[in-house]
Formats: sequence, C-alpha cells, structure tokens
Amino acid sequence: MPADEAIVRIENVVKEFGPLRVLDGVGFDVARGQTVAIVGRSGSGKSTLLRCIAGLETVQDGRIEVCGHAVGRPGSAARAQLRRDVGMVFQSYNLFPHLTVEENIALAPRIVRGLPQNKIDAIVERVLGQVGLLEKRDAYPEQLSGGQQQRVAIARSLAMEPQVMLFDEVTSALDPELTQEVLRVMEQLAASGMTMVLVTHEMEFARRMAHTTIFMHHGKVHESGASAQLFASPKTPELQQFLSAGAIK
Amino acid sequence: MIQLSANHLLYLLEAARWTVLLSLIAFLGGAVVGLPLALMRLSKIGLLRGVASGYIQLIQGTPLLIVLFLSYFGLGILGYKLIPLIAAGISLTLYAAAFLGEIWRGCIEAVPRTQWEASDCLGLSRVQQYAYVILPQAVRLAIPPTVGFMVQIVKNTSLASVIGFVELSRAGQIVNNSTFEPFVIFASVGAIYFALCYPLSIAARTLERRAHAGR
Repeated sequence: MPADEAIVRIENVVKEFGPLRVLDGVGFDVARGQTVAIVGRSGSGKSTLLRCIAGLETVQDGRIEVCGHAVGRPGSAARAQLRRDVGMVFQSYNLFPHLTVEENIALAPRIVRGLPQNKIDAIVERVLGQVGLLEKRDAYPEQLSGGQQQRVAIARSLAMEPQVMLFDEVTSALDPELTQEVLRVMEQLAASGMTMVLVTHEMEFARRMAHTTIFMHHGKVHESGASAQLFASPKTPELQQFLSAGAIK
Repeated sequence: MIQLSANHLLYLLEAARWTVLLSLIAFLGGAVVGLPLALMRLSKIGLLRGVASGYIQLIQGTPLLIVLFLSYFGLGILGYKLIPLIAAGISLTLYAAAFLGEIWRGCIEAVPRTQWEASDCLGLSRVQQYAYVILPQAVRLAIPPTVGFMVQIVKNTSLASVIGFVELSRAGQIVNNSTFEPFVIFASVGAIYFALCYPLSIAARTLERRAHAGR
C-alpha cells in the first residue's frame, strides 16, 4: 500500500442513541503513517466516532473501512481482521487488574495470535522497552501510577502489532506530569510511523504532533485541515470560540 | 424411657457427617448447575436467558420442602423410587443452583463493562473473554456471598429429615423419641449446626473484608 493511501476510510457515518443523533454524516480519511487528532467539545461525538472505528459501537448508516476491510459486526470474519489491524487505548486504561503487567501484554499474543513463548517474550520485552517500563513487568496494575498504567495499556495494544492505533482521551484522567510521560510515548510512536487517530483535549499536543486535526461539532466534521494551519487561523466561528475558550494553553 | 448418654451424643455427631455430606453434594451440584445458569442468564440468546430465568424464578418461588416432597414422594409414585440421600441431594442441588446462579450472575455483571471492551479490542472471543478476563475477576467478587450462601445450605439440609433421611435433625428427633429430653437434645443439635456454620460465617466476613481491602 503506498504511503499516502487511506488506511482508515470513514464515509457518511450516522450513529444514533435512541432519538439522539450523535454522529451525523461524518467522513474523512486517514493516510498510512499519519496522526489525526479529533477535537471538540464534550458531547460533540468524537469519542463515539472512535468507538465506531474500533467496532465497539455499530453505526446506523455509512461505512467505516480499516486496511481495506469494512468494520463488521461482532463475531464476523471482518471483525477478527479489524481486531488484528486496530489497537485501542482507553481513557481509563482498562488493564486487567488480576494480571501482572507482563501477563496483561502477553495474554492476547498468546491466546489470540497463538504465538510461541519465545516470540511472546521478545514482544513483551520490545513493547515494554518502547514505553519505558521494563522494570515493572511483574507489577500488578494497582501498584502503578495512572501514567504507568496508561503506558502499559499502550504496550498491550502494541503487542498485537496493529496497523492503526486509536487513543480515546488517554490523558484526561492524568495530572500534567503523568500526561507528559504518556504523550512522550505517543510522540515516539508517531515518529516511528504508526498511524494514529486520537481524541484529545491536549490542543498543544494536537497542534504539534497531528498532521491533520478534525474539529467536531454537533456530530459533524465542522472544520478540518493541517493542524498548524487549523490552529493558527480557524475559519469557523465555532472553532474560533472553542480555541479562544482556553482550550489551547 | 432410656437415659440420655454419651452414646446419644456420638450418634448425633455421626449423623452430622451426613449433614456435611449432603451439604457438599448440594454445594457441588449447585455449583455445577449454577454456573451454566449464570452464563445462560447473561447469554445474547433470548431462549437461553428465558429458560434460565424461568428456572430460577420457579425454584426461588417454591419452598424447598415442596421440592423435597416432589423428588421423593412424587417421583416415587411415578415409579422412580429414589433413596432419601439421592432425593435430598437432587432437591438441594436444584435449590442451590438457582441461588448460586443468581449470585454469580450478579458477580459477573459487577465486572466493569470496560473489561469486556478492552478484551474485545484485543481480539478475544467471548469464551476467551469469560475464561481469561471476566470470570477470574468475578470469582474474587463471588467468594464472600458464595461462602455466605453455604451457611444457608448447611441449615437447609435439616429439611431432608422430612423424607426420612437420617441427618443431624432427624437423628435429634430419633434420640428425643427414646429419651424425651427435648431441650438438651435439640440444644445439642443446634450447637452442632452452629459449629458447622460459624466458621463459614467468619470465613465469609473475612473474605468480604479482604475483597474490599483489595480495591
């Protein structure tokens, strides 16, 4: 696949919760190796969109494609493919509390990918090195700080060697110092060429790191473009207001 | 009338062994049937949910005594004459399964939804999610109420006396019939039940404290 070809393709996606239309015809593409930031007010539909890409929500209309496969329903072959291609990191880490760091990371490579132990060991070593937590491999999640837990969650996703990583407000529960340690890991990932879609309230990070920023408003892509330009000269009054409301520090 | 002696107490203790055995049968049988019931209650398939929920409501809404009568006298009339131990074992299994099924369903549901989502995103199948992520966490939550329910099982085995099964209560009646010392005898019977149940109650309380401390 050429570097600029879309690896994530979202077309006219509609998502409703009862009478509430949360996503109202959303569409955009993400090219391989790109980092795309989705920003917007709470309730603008940005997290729901990410959950739809991850297949955690089913859409009422439109189409989402990742690596050339449509996001299918749970249990379908397309879903299994999606799980191989997409890694997801959550705001609340969602580590498995009964497993150590190493077991958290090794679980899916072992039982989903069926890899032999020596390969799993190598993967654990590599991803823990990537997030700088090799010394914590035997710790349980509750023994770690929020930032460390989030880095383990990133490592756990990386262990499946996904094509695309989705980050859902991964620093929202962290203090500024811990936020920085997680953002550093994400920066390195982006630099290594990983395709990333992140929902974030870290505007400075989005401006600096994301190739493209998408501003969502009332379930629609309200404004989007190259991050540097979008933050420097927002076109729509809504984005101007959003940015001037102190969203960017 | 026969004088109350140490032999009578020994007889009670021996009968208490049947109470313990019956409790174990009820608990193990209840667990073997109860876990599938809990999983059926959480199934995505409506029919399985309906069957499990119907069963649980039926058993929970029926006195254990009636279930015992049905399995011993009722089946007997239909030609399936069971020995009292088997009839009591089946009845208590049916009873324990309904309650354990509900206790465990609650514990499985108490594992946060985000654990399902995280394991789903890693590509685990539903069976793998249960086996490696959900049930290990649910078990921790389930231990205190399960041990607590075992106390109920031990006490409810006394109902098996009505179908002629000589467990602790029935043994107490038998000794009383020959000695007519109801106060001493039934106080002894009560004390033996207490000695069986109290450690379980303490264990349940300790485990509950530990489960909360672990949070």
